[in-house]
Amino acid sequence: MNQTTTPQTQGLVAATPSFAMLRTLGLVAGLSGFLVVLAYQITLPLIEENKRIAIERALFKVIPGAVSRRNFLVTAQGIVPAIDSTGEGTLIYAGYDEQGRLGGVALEAAAQGYQDVIRLLYSFDPACQCIRGIQVLKMAETPGIGDKISKDPVFQENFVELDARLKTDGSALANEIIMVKHATKTEPWQIDAISGATISSRAVARMLNDSAQRMVPKIMADLDRLQDAGGEKQ
Amino acid sequence: MSPPNQEEKITADTFLRGLWEENPVFVMLLGMCPVLAVTNSAINALAMGLATTFVLLCSSSLVSLFRKLIPKQVRIATYIVIIATFVTIVDYSIQAISLDLYNALGAFIQLIVVNCIILGRAEAYASKQRLSATIVNGLGMGVGFTIALLCLGSVREILGAGSLFGFPLFAENFQPWVVMILPPGGFFVLGGWLLLFNWYRQYRERKLMEQQGASARGS
Repeated sequence: MNQTTTPQTQGLVAATPSFAMLRTLGLVAGLSGFLVVLAYQITLPLIEENKRIAIERALFKVIPGAVSRRNFLVTAQGIVPAIDSTGEGTLIYAGYDEQGRLGGVALEAAAQGYQDVIRLLYSFDPACQCIRGIQVLKMAETPGIGDKISKDPVFQENFVELDARLKTDGSALANEIIMVKHATKTEPWQIDAISGATISSRAVARMLNDSAQRMVPKIMADLDRLQDAGGEKQ
Repeated sequence: MSPPNQEEKITADTFLRGLWEENPVFVMLLGMCPVLAVTNSAINALAMGLATTFVLLCSSSLVSLFRKLIPKQVRIATYIVIIATFVTIVDYSIQAISLDLYNALGAFIQLIVVNCIILGRAEAYASKQRLSATIVNGLGMGVGFTIALLCLGSVREILGAGSLFGFPLFAENFQPWVVMILPPGGFFVLGGWLLLFNWYRQYRERKLMEQQGASARGS
């Protein structure tokens, strides 16, 4: 085509050869693909390791005395060991101490906070049937106000031994976990709100109640399986 | 400023321009989105500045190397592909270095792709200059951007959280000025810095004029 064009259009064609565009874009795309794959391959093991450390750090903080963990899936048929991250059901983490005794079970809970969904990890101790610690995984609460749920020592004291006993028939919690106004806590299943951060405090109470109502009956029903797993070789 | 399509010689000015005369934040007011969003602490500001500098340096260098190969019809597409590549690399690297930092910076790492400082450098400088000049100029711009982010981030962290790089500066009874680490604080502090810089610039110009006036009368 280039040979038959008049000198006037020849200048235009020479200025925009499709070949040059294809060549440049192809070269750049190929190079960028290579670089991205290279970066992905190099960083993947480091990123996986970081994620594992982040989960374990939160886990060992909410389960006092835990040194090892096992993952389980809560399914409709009961609790089964999680082989890998695939499979139906809710992932829970059982923490064991040095003797292989079950120290507690960590579960994830989430609810809408003031700005965005708050996600946290909490631990349930089957020995006292209580909640023994929370660790915020992700939140976008207002700094200095709502974000106190992760730091405020008085608020954290709620979760030293928060009552989560089951009814005698084991179907649900005996007492709903609820939030009460600041400094009016009278019962062990109540959560003393942070003054000025009622919405964030209520979100924590609601997510713990929702999650515990669902999960604690299943955990208590299959407690043997969780306890026995501690003796097995990892 | 050098005229277009003319390669400039590397001088101290090639580097220093990005720090002062053409500072991307305080003079050109470019890339305001990360400037306001991630400067709520000094460490976030530093990480964002370094990440942007890395992308700026690498993408400008590549654009400069390929500048004679890139047809002008597809230049923006080419620049964006190059920039996106390095942003993806930075994204993976920050995840590998620290997940906490990655969560704090959030979507703003990926948004470096559309940071106009980087595309602006590619279009206005790297596509016309030699590799060496591009590297020096890009480094200057990156350092200028990082310094500007640190200026905002440290002031906001000191006032809003009472700490710097996470180390508490004040005694227990310090009441943090929380609004400073919230989005409005970004605007307040940026406004304050712009006021300071412009006041100083005018002060210097006035001094220069007075000196010239004095020497003109004296002669």
